Amino acid sequence: MMLWTDLDRFGFPDPWRAFDRLSSAASGMLASSTSEFPLVNVWMDRDRAIITSELPGVDTKDIDISVAGKSVTLRGSRATEDACEGECQHRRERWSGKFTRSIELPYAVNQDKVEAKFIKGILELTLPRAEADKPRKIAIKTE
Amino acid sequence: MTDANREVIKKEAGVPEGVERTKPHRVFKPDVDIVERKDDTVLTADLPGVDEHSLDITLEKNVLTIKGAVDQKIPVGYRLAYGEYQVGDYERVFTLSDEVDKDRIQASVKNGVLRLVLPKSAAAKTRKIAVTAA
Repeated sequence: MMLWTDLDRFGFPDPWRAFDRLSSAASGMLASSTSEFPLVNVWMDRDRAIITSELPGVDTKDIDISVAGKSVTLRGSRATEDACEGECQHRRERWSGKFTRSIELPYAVNQDKVEAKFIKGILELTLPRAEADKPRKIAIKTE
Repeated sequence: MTDANREVIKKEAGVPEGVERTKPHRVFKPDVDIVERKDDTVLTADLPGVDEHSLDITLEKNVLTIKGAVDQKIPVGYRLAYGEYQVGDYERVFTLSDEVDKDRIQASVKNGVLRLVLPKSAAAKTRKIAVTAA
């Protein structure tokens, strides 16, 4: 999954309004609601990306995050609790099983500075841009 | 959901006709699993972003209302490059039968998953009838 690499469009006053605007414009930036599990949101800045994903009930030991170059892969699994077949199951709406998700960022990631937080079932990954990949300002000499 | 079905859609919670919510946040219906065991019924709900302080469970007559508030944490200074889900509060309402022993309902939350144990009242438990030879 390639990200839209337009790093100059800053200044959305209300990020959530971007959702409504985009879904009505039917542009490619907002994924269709039936995307592959788990659903992720990617927030970007010039030097850092934050990837958030809702993974309720998954144990941190069942989550595997790996970073290579520009791509981040999220793997994990969740087992069903109180499994029972047949009559006793009134509703089964929650997902279970294994999941794998790969996201490609527009720049290489500094692997040593990646941080991952898992609070209340939401995973938050902070991925800073690799130093070597940061753009360098070029000074203009005037004659 | 089995591995074959990978579609995940966040369902918007409904309000009765003509009624509006006071806050502008979105409200979603959390996915639940309901399993009936011998002595109780267990309801498990996915409420990512909710902990025991932001969860509100009320039982009035036979109606069980589960409400979870989620902190809308939007990183400041960042723009949303790719969005697949929206963040909002959770709400779902269930009607319980008389079989539930309302005084002994237990609720616990871990990692954004609510587990509600609804014990069956004594009257509802099936009794095994012993058969003796006459």
